[in-house]
Amino acid sequence: MEDMNVIVPLIPALPLAAFIVTLLVGRWYIKDAAHWIPILAMAASLVLSVFVWWNIRGEEHPFVIELWRWVPVGDFQVPLALMVDQLTSIMLLVVTGVGTLIFIYSKGYMHDDPGYYRFYAYMSLFAFSMLMLVMSANYLLLYLGWEAVGLCSYYLIGFYYHKPSAASAGKKAFITNRVGDFGFGLGVMLIFVTLGTLNYTEVFEKVQAGGVGEGTLMAIALLLFMGAMGKSAQFPLHVWLPDAMEGPTPVSALIHAATMVTAGVYMVARSAVIFASAPDAMLVVGAIGAFTAIFAATIGIAQNDIKRVMAYSTVSQLGYMFMALGVGAWAAAIFHLMTHAFFKALLFLGSGSVIHALSGEQDMRKMGGLRSRIPYTYWTLVAAAFALAGVFPFAGFWSKDEILGMNFKDGAYVVWLVGLVAAFITAFYTFRLIFMTFWGRSRMDPEVEHHVHESPWSMIGPLVVLGALSIVGGFLGFPPENGVFHKFLEPVFEPANAILGVHHEGFAPLDLVLMVVSVVVALSGIVLAYWFYVVRPDDLPQKAGARARVLYRAIFNKWYIDEIYDATVIRLTVDGSRWLWRVVDAGIIDGAVNGIGRLWDLGGAWCGPCRPGGYRITP
Amino acid sequence: MEFGFAEQIGFRALTLLTFLPALGGLVMLLFMRGRPSAYKATALVTSLATFALSLYTLTVFRTDTAAYQLQENFVWIKSFGINYHVGVDGISLLLILLTTFLSVIAIIGSWNYVKDRELGFFVSLLVLETGMIGVFTAMDLFLFYVFWEIQLIPMYFIIGIWGGARRIYAAIKFFLYTFAGSVIMLVAILGIVWWYSNQSGVMTFDILILQQAGFPSNIQFWGFLAFFVAFAIKVPMFPVHTWLPDAHVEAPTAGSVILAGVLLKMGVYGMIRFCVGFFPEATIKAVPWVMVLSLIAIVYGAAVSLVQPDMKKLVAYSSVSHMGFVTAGLFAFNLQGIEGSILQMVNHGILTGALFQMVGFFYERTHTREIKDYGGMARPLPVAAAFFSLFVLGSLGLPGLNGFIGEFLILLGVFQYAVVAAVFASLGIILGAGYLLWMYQRTMFQELKNPKWLELKDLNVREIVTLVPLATMAFVIGIYPRPFLEMLHQPAQNIMTQVEPYLAQKESIFQLASSFLGGF
Repeated sequence: MEDMNVIVPLIPALPLAAFIVTLLVGRWYIKDAAHWIPILAMAASLVLSVFVWWNIRGEEHPFVIELWRWVPVGDFQVPLALMVDQLTSIMLLVVTGVGTLIFIYSKGYMHDDPGYYRFYAYMSLFAFSMLMLVMSANYLLLYLGWEAVGLCSYYLIGFYYHKPSAASAGKKAFITNRVGDFGFGLGVMLIFVTLGTLNYTEVFEKVQAGGVGEGTLMAIALLLFMGAMGKSAQFPLHVWLPDAMEGPTPVSALIHAATMVTAGVYMVARSAVIFASAPDAMLVVGAIGAFTAIFAATIGIAQNDIKRVMAYSTVSQLGYMFMALGVGAWAAAIFHLMTHAFFKALLFLGSGSVIHALSGEQDMRKMGGLRSRIPYTYWTLVAAAFALAGVFPFAGFWSKDEILGMNFKDGAYVVWLVGLVAAFITAFYTFRLIFMTFWGRSRMDPEVEHHVHESPWSMIGPLVVLGALSIVGGFLGFPPENGVFHKFLEPVFEPANAILGVHHEGFAPLDLVLMVVSVVVALSGIVLAYWFYVVRPDDLPQKAGARARVLYRAIFNKWYIDEIYDATVIRLTVDGSRWLWRVVDAGIIDGAVNGIGRLWDLGGAWCGPCRPGGYRITP
Repeated sequence: MEFGFAEQIGFRALTLLTFLPALGGLVMLLFMRGRPSAYKATALVTSLATFALSLYTLTVFRTDTAAYQLQENFVWIKSFGINYHVGVDGISLLLILLTTFLSVIAIIGSWNYVKDRELGFFVSLLVLETGMIGVFTAMDLFLFYVFWEIQLIPMYFIIGIWGGARRIYAAIKFFLYTFAGSVIMLVAILGIVWWYSNQSGVMTFDILILQQAGFPSNIQFWGFLAFFVAFAIKVPMFPVHTWLPDAHVEAPTAGSVILAGVLLKMGVYGMIRFCVGFFPEATIKAVPWVMVLSLIAIVYGAAVSLVQPDMKKLVAYSSVSHMGFVTAGLFAFNLQGIEGSILQMVNHGILTGALFQMVGFFYERTHTREIKDYGGMARPLPVAAAFFSLFVLGSLGLPGLNGFIGEFLILLGVFQYAVVAAVFASLGIILGAGYLLWMYQRTMFQELKNPKWLELKDLNVREIVTLVPLATMAFVIGIYPRPFLEMLHQPAQNIMTQVEPYLAQKESIFQLASSFLGGF
């Protein structure tokens, strides 16, 4: 364990160093070679993360290293300390693993961009922040990572800052997250005021020891969850994520699919002891998750922008993770987080490859027939699509099925059913994307079609690796609830499970039945998509849209949530502020002040010599 | 005298610190008329020497005691019991460091800013520095009042002579507001000195002695009210804040930097020294009222910032919001709140000083401050945009930068006073992200608004030199605030000791609300 003292701080330090070097000298010296330092730093962090994983397996206690005392005031003593346990180690592997692949991919994807060095600088900063987020040993440092990833997200969404839509989307993401963090910050304060500490181990020990009122714990849990809703784009704070697609595609893959948006899931799983002690809060988590899962999936059906479909899919899949957390299936949530990181990163990178091939076209209505033109992209994307749709034996099947199964066995039949319907819709929109993009005849502009080309190896390589992970990654969680993955995480969730009284039974016939139901649902979604978009693409989608016109328009317009916000919260804030300024500030207060000034002037007129310099005070 | 200057440092450090800038100004005035390079260099050297001296005093400063240090005390006007008595504790030394630091920045920053009567401008800045340092070192009420008035005059000139189009209106508004406060304060000073001499037979203006006086409740009430009003105008607290936006918009850049960076802090500093020091009981009784005003300032200031068309006015109103945090933290009266509040004054000085400095740099290039005239400036001015974003982020409380530490400690303090107050104050943080990022988006991002802007030059070396120290401090305090907080532990504990006997009387906001409703 001696080495850990050096290795653990190095994991975030390497990307930080890459960021600083790239930012300071990238513009003038490194330029086109800006990818090397960040890629190497990321790969080195990956190697170190593997080492950490090897060291931490089977350890009962987390490894904690205190770097320095950060904010010491009275009884409020918060160290800048890093912590590694099994949960952290999984997150480290996901972040550095997927991160390295995406960094390599970006070399091909971003190479002609004038902001090449800037891109790699921000991405490295993001990697650093995300690693700090998962490695923090207390809630205050978590908050630092939490906000810092949000900042990187802001910069990278607004990467093409000259586009007003991109600049707006970045701001929207940041402010929406701030709304969530409003709750998160209060939750952190409430933890401190209640328990007198923010260090994870002490907080969880004190909660386990009892004596904290259930109402307080519920308040803490719900406030923390509010932060998770912002970061992980749960209804009603989901609105920023689809707009975040304004950022370059590798950003969408890394930040807005694989890692940052899962921070909320990580945080709730990390605080499992608190949530387990507040069952009502868990109910809320599960309900919001289930609603978001189906809500976002419906929107995904009607979007034509390939990245937006994926964005809503991400929102929906994050909902599944919260469904898992809602019934205390902590490991299942993290398992889905990991498989989702594989296949959703792949879907985004694959979409990026398609967009790259089509010279920037993102509208699926202007695609089609690309199967044989870009075969590597096609086949890897198909693997990812099967994983997302939850078809046996792809990665997403195992994790999603486990979530549904645990809800069913917990008696949450409504949640299970909602999840199942959402799974059907997921299969449908996923294969709608595949069929519209790759099958049928070409609907491309001739000019675009002329330039179609398979992407360079730096892009294909990561696709293939992620494709392999999407196919076999699920076996880590076999048998369900009891796989290698779950055993590895056991020490982390043991205390929370003890509170809930969870015990895992062996693989039973019921599991098999539920699995079969899942697969049938997924396959029927795919078949329906096939019928719509391959068999009768020319009339059926239009007919269906016309038949259910109101519904179609609602989902096409994202259930009008953005419009509702614009008309209420935002309008109220801006108009109210304007009223405060014009009426209260300029009218009432300054009116009174100038009134006094005017009296002074009158006095001046009456007593000329008293008036200094003959100035009039009033304008 | 345990913490006299003689034992600690061997020379009259505080006196030297206080009068060195004015001395430099005098030399410039007497010998350097019409020689810009000479008087500018002198101004810079003087401010640098003052800053160096303030750093040197830091090396002998002891953080393990709440006692005033580096004290100098000799009789000034014997018949009235007025002494020249100066000394510092952690709070005042931190604010002095902020003053000397920002003065250097302001002088470098306005190197080419003023075209007309330049000598007078730099002399005013140095005299202003003397006044500000004097306010923070004075330990005699009369001396304090003298410095309080001294710093008013150069500021009045800086706005009124070197300001913008409506400078006269702004300067007089500034002067009248603050002067009204000063007059009220003077009456209160004379009142408590008179009461004390009647009681004890000794006439004295010494702050330490008067702090031990133990004023009766009715004197406490009126005394508190008078001092509080004077200081609230300076902070400024809602609803006596309207001089601030006008003063800022019209003031030259250096004036705004000093005004926001240091002058506003004198208000809170006064509350700590006098409201708490002389009238602890009345202060504690006023807690819910002040808290409510602070919360209004936080949200109101932020909301009004949101809709400002003028960049400088936006930053000015944001100061109202940020200073609302400072007063809220102080009046929470617990260690986190108090230390957060004082640290946040330093943070606000750095960040808002930097924002005003940058708005000034933009203005020098474009001659407009209207947000709608900007847009897409990140393309011609990438370095400026990067610095600007750093200060914007610090200002909206991004963890890792200094604003967060102060803001979080304040919220934690306020939370312990009343949860509902913390909830309300947190709204200000959401709005803070709103107005700052919206401004940043409309000025730096989006399409280039005006093709002329493409020809603008990015920051030059001199400008970068003024920003780098500010940026460095934003990071240092954000990542390693400990040395700064350590200077505050003892003074904060001291404040708690002063109010300790009355804490039980601290009313919550609910009690205030219910007593209101009960009246109807």
